[in-house]
Amino acid sequence: MTNDKLNKHEWPLWEVFIRSKAGLDHKHAGSLHAADAEMAIENARDVYTRRMEGVSIWVVESKNIHASDPGESASLYDPASDKIYRHPTFYDLPDEVKYM
Amino acid sequence: MSLEYTLRLADDALILGHRLSEWCGHGPILEQDIALTNTSLDHLGRARSLFQYAAEQFNNLPENEKKTAVTSVAIQNLVNTGNTLDEDDMAFLRDGWDFRNVLLVEQPNNDWAYTVARALYYDAFAFYFFSALQNSKETTLAAIAEKSLKEVTYHLRWSSEWVVRLGDGTEESRERMQTALNELWSFTGELFNMSDAEKEAALSGIGVDLASLQPKWMERIASVLQEATLEVPKGTWMQEGGKHGRHTEHLGYILAEMQFMQRTYPGMEW
Repeated sequence: MTNDKLNKHEWPLWEVFIRSKAGLDHKHAGSLHAADAEMAIENARDVYTRRMEGVSIWVVESKNIHASDPGESASLYDPASDKIYRHPTFYDLPDEVKYM
Repeated sequence: MSLEYTLRLADDALILGHRLSEWCGHGPILEQDIALTNTSLDHLGRARSLFQYAAEQFNNLPENEKKTAVTSVAIQNLVNTGNTLDEDDMAFLRDGWDFRNVLLVEQPNNDWAYTVARALYYDAFAFYFFSALQNSKETTLAAIAEKSLKEVTYHLRWSSEWVVRLGDGTEESRERMQTALNELWSFTGELFNMSDAEKEAALSGIGVDLASLQPKWMERIASVLQEATLEVPKGTWMQEGGKHGRHTEHLGYILAEMQFMQRTYPGMEW
């Protein structure tokens, strides 16, 4: 089977994001195949929330996600490595402030 | 009579749950395989609750009524040796004539379109049925109905969307969906045809007046099929018998597979 033929018979890939409880953010849970957005949400419900993992689902077609290039990671991320002053570790926190 | 009503509901759940479980490992894609397994487990969970209740009702019957309420040989052997029944006995030791499920749920999976068509007909019925059963005077049934309604709401969403997807899909999917809907149509009349046990349950406020559900069911089916660009089947002749223990040949095969282990190795656990 050629790639073209294979792709024609396969449903598009979707990325699934699950929020585990109200107030938290959606986290990437995995990916799955589905023919349309409704089916993607239902498949995500059946595959990723069957053990009570979530209260909200986002799905996005994988082709719509644009990623940074791993080959450019040196120029993108290394410059931050010697700038420790960007971390808020130089401040003295009063004892009353919790959960920081 | 209330026991018969409980078994009537339990058997729909058990047999449909078993049918859907046959897709496990055979689904067209992993995601839908899991979807159907989840749904199957919803039905089997409901069957368990109902069989526990049925066993309790049976055990509370006067001795002479235990002889006639369920006449399957293996059940009567337990009764004659002074045993009480539990949920597993109800599922695994009754013979075909004691099963009260509608014929629709025992029909074979055949292909995806048949499975989806059967699901739509049943889920739409179950949605209105459990909505109404929440008001049952029997608190156990009302509680089971409340839990089931949430599950069934999702089942109906799943089956409706599949009918639309296939009906409004390709020429082939449309034709196969319509064929499946037509072939299973004659099993839908029985859903609303009340047996004596159902009439009595409805009158006493325990059960649901099924005739009153039919217009809502019809409206829902018509609206899904319209969206799917499909025709509502026109046939008026309807099958019946399941509610009285007269089944199609398919039930025997289901029971043979489902009950084999408990019949051959009584009381075995794993």
